Amino acid sequence: MSQNIDTTQQEIHEIHIHRDDFGSKMGMWLFLFTEVLLFGGLFILYASYRFIYPNEFALAASELDMLMGAINTVILLTSSLTVVLGIVALQKNNKKLCLFFMWVTVVCGILFLVNKYFEWGAKFHHGIYPKGPALQDMSEGEVMYFGLYYVMTGLHGLHIVVGLAFIGFVMWQIKKDVLTSTNFQKLENAGLYWHLVDIIWIFLFPLFYLIH
Amino acid sequence: MANGTIAVPKKAAEPDFYHVRTKHTGIWSWLLTTDHKRIGLMYLSAMTFFFLAAMTLGVLMRLEMLTPGETIMTAQTYNSFFTLHGVIMIFLFIIPGIGAVFGNFILPIQLGAKDVQFPKLNLMSWYLYMIGGILALFSLFIGTGIADTGWTFYAPYSIRTTTNVSISVFAAFILGFSSILTGLNFLTTIHRLRCPGMTWFRMPLFVWAIYATAWIQVLATPIIGITLLLVILERAFGIGVFDPTLGGDPLLYQHLFWIYSHPAVYIMILPAMGVVSEIIPTFAKKPIFGYVPIAISSLAIALVGYLVWGHHMFSSGISDTSRVIFSLLTFIVALPSGIKVFNWVATLYKGSIEVTAPMLYTLLFIFIFSIGGLTGLTLGALNTDLHLTDTYYVVAHFHYVMFGGMGLIFFASIHYWFPKFYGKMYNEKVAKIAAYWIAIGFNTLYFPMFIMGYLGMPRRYYDYLPEYQIWHVISTVGSWILVSGILIMVFNLVKGIRSGKPTTANPWGGTTLEWTVPSPPPLENFDVIPTVTTGPYDHTKLHQQLRKEYKDQQKTEEGKN
Amino acid sequence: MDNHNSEHAELSEHDDGQIAEAHHPSYGVNVLVWIGLIALTSITVSISGINLGSLALTVALIIATVKTMFVINFFMHLKFDNKVFKIFVGVCMLIFIVVLVLTFFDLTFRYE
Repeated sequence: MSQNIDTTQQEIHEIHIHRDDFGSKMGMWLFLFTEVLLFGGLFILYASYRFIYPNEFALAASELDMLMGAINTVILLTSSLTVVLGIVALQKNNKKLCLFFMWVTVVCGILFLVNKYFEWGAKFHHGIYPKGPALQDMSEGEVMYFGLYYVMTGLHGLHIVVGLAFIGFVMWQIKKDVLTSTNFQKLENAGLYWHLVDIIWIFLFPLFYLIH
Repeated sequence: MANGTIAVPKKAAEPDFYHVRTKHTGIWSWLLTTDHKRIGLMYLSAMTFFFLAAMTLGVLMRLEMLTPGETIMTAQTYNSFFTLHGVIMIFLFIIPGIGAVFGNFILPIQLGAKDVQFPKLNLMSWYLYMIGGILALFSLFIGTGIADTGWTFYAPYSIRTTTNVSISVFAAFILGFSSILTGLNFLTTIHRLRCPGMTWFRMPLFVWAIYATAWIQVLATPIIGITLLLVILERAFGIGVFDPTLGGDPLLYQHLFWIYSHPAVYIMILPAMGVVSEIIPTFAKKPIFGYVPIAISSLAIALVGYLVWGHHMFSSGISDTSRVIFSLLTFIVALPSGIKVFNWVATLYKGSIEVTAPMLYTLLFIFIFSIGGLTGLTLGALNTDLHLTDTYYVVAHFHYVMFGGMGLIFFASIHYWFPKFYGKMYNEKVAKIAAYWIAIGFNTLYFPMFIMGYLGMPRRYYDYLPEYQIWHVISTVGSWILVSGILIMVFNLVKGIRSGKPTTANPWGGTTLEWTVPSPPPLENFDVIPTVTTGPYDHTKLHQQLRKEYKDQQKTEEGKN
Repeated sequence: MDNHNSEHAELSEHDDGQIAEAHHPSYGVNVLVWIGLIALTSITVSISGINLGSLALTVALIIATVKTMFVINFFMHLKFDNKVFKIFVGVCMLIFIVVLVLTFFDLTFRYE
C-alpha cells in the first residue's frame, strides 16, 4: 500500500448509517429463532425423559403448585398484552400512556420473578434440589423431572430478566424521545422478545404443572 | 463488466480503507472499527495465529506416534493435545474460517453494499470470537489441566473428569454465540442490502453458500449452546440429565451434540464450496455450468444436513431402526454434493483454464475432497462403519473432507482475494510450489491413516502395536512435508503483503462486483451503489474486450508489415 | 443467467420498509386476544383435572399451540407482516419438529 499518503490532510470520514426498520425486525426474528432452538434442545430432553419415565413425571409434578403456575401464566399473558398496548399507544403518539403500559409490563415481570422465587424457595426448603436430601430418596425419573424443571424454569427466568432490561432500555429511549410514533422499531423488537418469553412459558406451564 | 455494470475508473484522490481517516486512529482504528473489511482482516490475523498453534499441536502428536510407547509425551498430555487440537481447529478455524474472513470482506462488496446490515454487531461477534479463543487457550494454564475429553466432550466422562472441561466448554459456548450473530448478520445483509437489480438468482454463488451456511448457524448452534451449558450445570450442580447414575441417558448428550455438530460440518464446507464456484468460472474464463442447481444444492445440503446426525452414533447403542434410517438418509447428502462437483467439472470442460495458485488449490481440492467424500460412503454404510468406526480410517476421512475441503479452499481464497485485500500480489511461482508441496505432504500424512485404520489402528491412543509402525512413520514424515509447505505459503503471503508488486482492480478477470472496485477498496466500497443487469458470471463483456484487444493487436501488426 | 427479470416481483421485502409504518394500530383487538388467551388458560387448567389418560398431553399441547398462534399472529403481528417472516417461522418450526421426530426414532425403539 502506498504508505506516504498524508492522512492528516483528509477530512474525517464518517460512515453514514442508514435506517432500516424492516432489516432490524428481521434481525430480531432471526435472533428469536436461536432462542426457540436454545429451549428446543431442552424440550427435546424433556420429551425424551417424559417418554422414558411417564409415571415418575406425573408423580413429581404433583409436588408443584398448579395455582402458582396458573397465576404466573396469567401474569405473563397480561404483561404481553400491555407491551402490545404500549406499542399501539406509541404509534398513536401517546407517549404517556405508552410509558404507563410499559411500567405495568415491568411490574408484571417482577411479580412473575417474585412468584418464581417463592416457588423455588419452597422446593429448596423441602430439600428438593439437585443433590438435595429429598431428591436423593426419589426415583430416577423424578430426579430427571426436577433437573429439567430447574434448568428450564431457571433459563426462562433469566430470559425474563434480560427482557426486563431490554424493556427498561427502550423505556428510557422513549422518555428521551429517541423512540417516537414514527420510529418505534426498537420498542417492537423488545415486544417481540417479550412475547417469545411468554410463548415459552405457555409451553412450560402445561408440561411441568399439568401432568396427572 | 462485472454483473453487467461498467467499471467506472475511480478518482485517484480517494484513499483506500487502510488510509482513509476515520474517528479513531492507530490501533483503535482496528479495534473499534465497524468496517466489514477491517473486521474480516482482524479475523484473518487471529485465525492465522490459532491455526498455526493447533497445527503445532498436531505435528507434536504425529511426532509422538513415530515410535510405539512413550516418545515425547505422556498419555495424559496426548489426550489433552488431541482435545485442544480439535477444539481450536474446529471451533476457531474451520467453523468460522471462510465465513468470518472472506464472508465479511467480500460478501457485502459482492452484493453491491457498503457494509453488512449490523456493523456494530459484526464487531461484537469478533470480540466474542476473541474471548472464546483466549478462554480456550487460557484453559491450558489454569486449574487442573487441559480437558482430555476430545473435542466432542462426550458425557458422562466430560462430567466426571477432573480436568478443566468447564472452561473449554464455556469457550465453545461463547464461540457459538459469535457464530450465531455472524450468521444473523449475513442473513439480514443478504435479504436487505442487495444492490438494485441483484435478484436472488443473480447473486454470486459464494453469497448463496454463505446464505445457506448462515441458516445453519442460526438454527443449529443454539442446540450445542444449551448442551454445553448443561455440561457446565451438570459439573457444577449435578442436575443429572446426562448422568446415568442419576437416571440420565448419556446417549441424549450425543444426540444433542450431533444435532448441531453434523450440520456444523456443512457450516465448515458450504462456504468453501461457494468459493470454488467463484474461482472456477474466473479461471476457466467461462460462465459457471448449472448456476441454479449449484445455488439450490447449497440450500439442500443445509437442509439434509439436519437429517443425518445419527451416523456419528452407529456404534453408540442407538436403536437398530434409527441406525437404518440414519444410514439411508446419509446417502442422500451425496446427491447435492455430487451435483456441485459435476457442475464444477462441467464448467472446466472446454474452458480456457489458467492454472494460477488459487485455481491450483481448487483443483487439488476437487481431487482430495472426492477421496474424502467417497471414503465417507463406507462410513455412512452401517455394516462397514462398525468395522471402521473409531479407527484412523475416520481420522483420515475427516481430515480429507475438513482440511482437504475447507482448509485447502481457505488457502485458495487467500490467494484469490489477496490482491483485493492488499492491493499487491504474492509471488506466483512460490505459491504454486507451496501448493504442490502441501498436496504431497497432505496425502503422505493422511493416506496411510486409511490403511492403518482399515487394519484396525484405533484413534486417540498415544501408543500402538509395532506392526502399525511403518504407516505411522510414513504419516509422520508426511506431517513434516505438509508443515513445511504451509510455512512456505505463509512466508510467501507475508512477503507479498510487505513488498509484493502493486496490482490492479481486476488482476484475474473476475466478473463479480468485488472486481469492479479498486484494490484495496475504499472505505464504503462504492462511490455509487451499482445496478446490475445480468447474472454474476457473465463473461461476454470480457470476451468482447479480449477480442477487441486481439483485433487491435492484429491491426498494429498488419500496420508494421 | 440473463433472463431473471421476473424475479423482481418476489422482492417486495427489498424496496420498502426502511421506515416502518404502523399497521392500523388498535387497542380493542389485542384486548380480545388477551381474553381469549386467559380463557384458554382456564380451559387447559380445568381439563387437566379430568383423567384423559394418554390424551391429556395431546390436548394440553394443542391448547398451548393455539395460544401460541394467537400470540404470534396478533401480539407479534405476524399475520400482518411480510410473507418472508412467515416462511422464516415455518422453516424454524420444521427444523425443530424434524429433529425431535428423528430423535424419537431412536428412543421409541430403544426403550420398547
